[in-house]
Amino acid sequence: MREWLRRQRYLIDYSLSALARRPGKHVGLLVVYTLIVFLLASVMLFTHALRREAALVLADSPQIILQRQVAGRHDLMPLEYLERIGRLRGVSALYGRLWGYFYDPAVRANYTLMVPPESSTGHRAPDPGEITIGSGIARTRGLAVGDYLSLRSARGEPFSFRVASLLPTTTELVSTDLMLLSAADFRRFFAYPEDRVTDIVLEVRNPREVRTVAEKLILALPDTRPILREEILRTYDAVFGWRQGLVFVLLAGAVLAFVIFAWDRASGLSGEERREIGILKSIGWETGDVLRMKFWEGTILSLTAFSLGYLLAYAHVFYGSAALFEPVLKGWAVLYPEIRPIPFVDGLQVATLLAFTVFPYTVATIIPIWRAAVMDPDAVMR
Amino acid sequence: MLISPPVLALNGISLTVTLLLALAAGFALQVVRHWDIESGSERQLELERRTYLISTLVTWCFGAAVVSLLLFVYNAEQMTTQFVGAMCATGVLNAHPLGWPTLFLKILVFFAGAAWLMLNRLDNQAPDYPLVRVKYWILLGLLPLVALETGAQLGYFLGLDPDVITSCCGALFSAEGAGVAATVSALDPGWSLVALYGSGLLVLGVGLVHGWRSRSGASGTGFALAGALAFAAALAAIVSCVALYIYAHPHHHCPFCILKGGHGFIGYWLYIPLFTAAALSLGVGLCSPWGRIPSLRAATRADGRRFAAVSLGLFAGFYAVATYAILTSNLTMQGVWW
Amino acid sequence: MITLRDVSKVFNQGRGNELWAVRGVTLDLDPNQMTVLRGPSGSGKTTLLSMIGALSRPTSGRILLDGELLSNLPERFMTQVRRRTFGFVFQGFNLIRGLSVLENVMLPAYPLAPVHGDLRRRALALLAQFGIERKAGERVEWLSGGEAQRTAICRALINEPRILIADEPTANLDSRLSRELVGLLDELRALGKTVLVSSHDPLVFESDRVHRVLEMRDGRLAEDSRC
Repeated sequence: MREWLRRQRYLIDYSLSALARRPGKHVGLLVVYTLIVFLLASVMLFTHALRREAALVLADSPQIILQRQVAGRHDLMPLEYLERIGRLRGVSALYGRLWGYFYDPAVRANYTLMVPPESSTGHRAPDPGEITIGSGIARTRGLAVGDYLSLRSARGEPFSFRVASLLPTTTELVSTDLMLLSAADFRRFFAYPEDRVTDIVLEVRNPREVRTVAEKLILALPDTRPILREEILRTYDAVFGWRQGLVFVLLAGAVLAFVIFAWDRASGLSGEERREIGILKSIGWETGDVLRMKFWEGTILSLTAFSLGYLLAYAHVFYGSAALFEPVLKGWAVLYPEIRPIPFVDGLQVATLLAFTVFPYTVATIIPIWRAAVMDPDAVMR
Repeated sequence: MLISPPVLALNGISLTVTLLLALAAGFALQVVRHWDIESGSERQLELERRTYLISTLVTWCFGAAVVSLLLFVYNAEQMTTQFVGAMCATGVLNAHPLGWPTLFLKILVFFAGAAWLMLNRLDNQAPDYPLVRVKYWILLGLLPLVALETGAQLGYFLGLDPDVITSCCGALFSAEGAGVAATVSALDPGWSLVALYGSGLLVLGVGLVHGWRSRSGASGTGFALAGALAFAAALAAIVSCVALYIYAHPHHHCPFCILKGGHGFIGYWLYIPLFTAAALSLGVGLCSPWGRIPSLRAATRADGRRFAAVSLGLFAGFYAVATYAILTSNLTMQGVWW
Repeated sequence: MITLRDVSKVFNQGRGNELWAVRGVTLDLDPNQMTVLRGPSGSGKTTLLSMIGALSRPTSGRILLDGELLSNLPERFMTQVRRRTFGFVFQGFNLIRGLSVLENVMLPAYPLAPVHGDLRRRALALLAQFGIERKAGERVEWLSGGEAQRTAICRALINEPRILIADEPTANLDSRLSRELVGLLDELRALGKTVLVSSHDPLVFESDRVHRVLEMRDGRLAEDSRC
């Protein structure tokens, strides 16, 4: 065993010196290799961070949201439905919500207006005439605490709201376009009927019962549709997943080009390199030794490119906010949240990256390396 | 179809492995037909060169297959959020009829590859390459297995439908259900531990005999059989007893949840030594009958001893970790099981 | 010690440019002697040397080393035998550019993976024996012809082989260095090694240190003269 380790040490030694003796040939490959790793790693790190953030933020979202449907479209929920549901077993919290959208023509953006429920731990409802806004609105409208925001109500009257506070930037991903106001203001602004709420929220004591409760709701209130938090999470996951996959498929072309390049580099031995291998074979190295030495060369290159590419991607995503990718992965909107993704690395990610970069490189070089290594030992004599 | 990068990677790896192995098999066929060790002709020299390529290709394919197995399980763990009712890899595998077959085929490929590589290593130690035809015929037989695994995996991922409600380990591995998994879970913990340690002692005994005392190749075959028995007993014990201690829950039998971080990744410490030890014992069993060939006698003995020693060491490691898990668990079943 | 029976080697068999480099050579080499293979270029000397030195396999015929068959061994085993038994000094030296003298000398031992310290000491001792230990750290491109020759000899001796084979060793040397070289080879022979040299240089094959001269022509052994 120790002999095997010593032999690998000698072979690595030779590989390192061989690489160092021909920097020009290998630098080109290293740059391309690092770039490929950088691209793929950036996509993965970014998507993964977004996914994690979404999951973390949604962890506090309601388990069941009940919406009323009329002719397949969302309609307002009568308050009396709350009493009808109250008799269901397993429901630990039950309340109506008031929220809606508002299109602001001044900046051509959509705001989400909401009345925070009484049970909400984070925010109490603002006082009448006051609002709490998300950072997206603040940025686009240039608002700070104490400023006034004027919006045109459903009846055409201008409503002037004073900005009481801003929502924390840590929740930007979901709160960037959010505006919180009091229930009375909400109803007056939207000319909302008094006996209606937008939807109903339920919390269920036992998470395994959520589906059962949802089924009971559908039976009790046939014109409603329950939306489960776990479904939202699954949808987010799936969307992030296929978006990521789509980018990878697009990058497959780049990976293929890299593979061909690697093959070419590995096959194109200069006369000098051929001579060197011939000398090694003639002085006592067998084919197996030369093969192993060449694979160590490849491994050293791969490890260098991978580490460098990954570190650069990490810096790009978590310190540079993934400047290159935002448009594709975030979707279209006027109000871009300015998120600082939380660094998150996991084994599956790294393994997948290796599978897309180091694995194809290694496969591409197997045959060229073999061809070089099986050179006849007496080749240098002829 | 779920085109997430890990799934793409898995399918890509399996497809590449199949293609590389097909290439290797093509060369192997040439070798089998024209091999003549006595001749010094150019064709023979070319064939000898080809054997290096075949070895290299198969070695890389095997490495990729091992990574692919780990990646598959890990990925199944990560995909649980996308399936209703799934809380661990079991649920994800249940979501499509090809899920479990893919896993079993991958494990089979792992064992087959390990055994072949050990046979190849043995053959390379004799100047007359006595096993050339044998090993390359076996290699040709491995190709359909690998192709089948690729196909099953592709079918599985193509057919996966996130709208399918799947059942998780609680349903599959519960003592009350029907099927193999349920039967194993329902095994009495006491008996399963007896089987576990008993098979362990058997493997140890046969292994020592083979490595240090025996003269014939039969002890090698015995070692392989003992290893297989120990492997089966170990898996059964994990599902029916050890897992319960790890989770500190008398009804949680799932073999995958122990791979999660919440349990200190102890699953890897159990499965990796176990699988490696079983693969080595299988390889020793495959190689030992060839000791009757004079040019291989010394090599068979040396390899047999070395790999038996490693295998026994790993088996011992597995038993140590399993015992540790049981002893340090918060679960006490005094009065219930003991 | 080394026996050849009806050894032949052909290149590009079956094709238009088929070439029989060596035909039907039968030969017995005695140990602890200096033998010279002489003949014009194209006579097959180099091919014959490479087959004797286990660098290539004959197309037909047998080569035995100490009674054991060498010629039908596959490459892996041939290389193992070659490492233990033969040391080669090539025409043109064939040193690896970019590496130092010491590294070049140690290279043949890498696959055997000896303890590094021991290998280094052995290499330095060899360099000292041939008077070039001062050049140990220098790159081989900057050596003179004679120094490169000695480096090549040290490299051939690093694995302590019994048989030393030199292909046209005086091709790049002047008369003084050539005579010195023959002397060196004879010293090695006196230490117990067997030396086989191919050369068309009269300074070599007419030297009185040579025991036997074999003449080759068109792939066949023509004359065998012993001194």
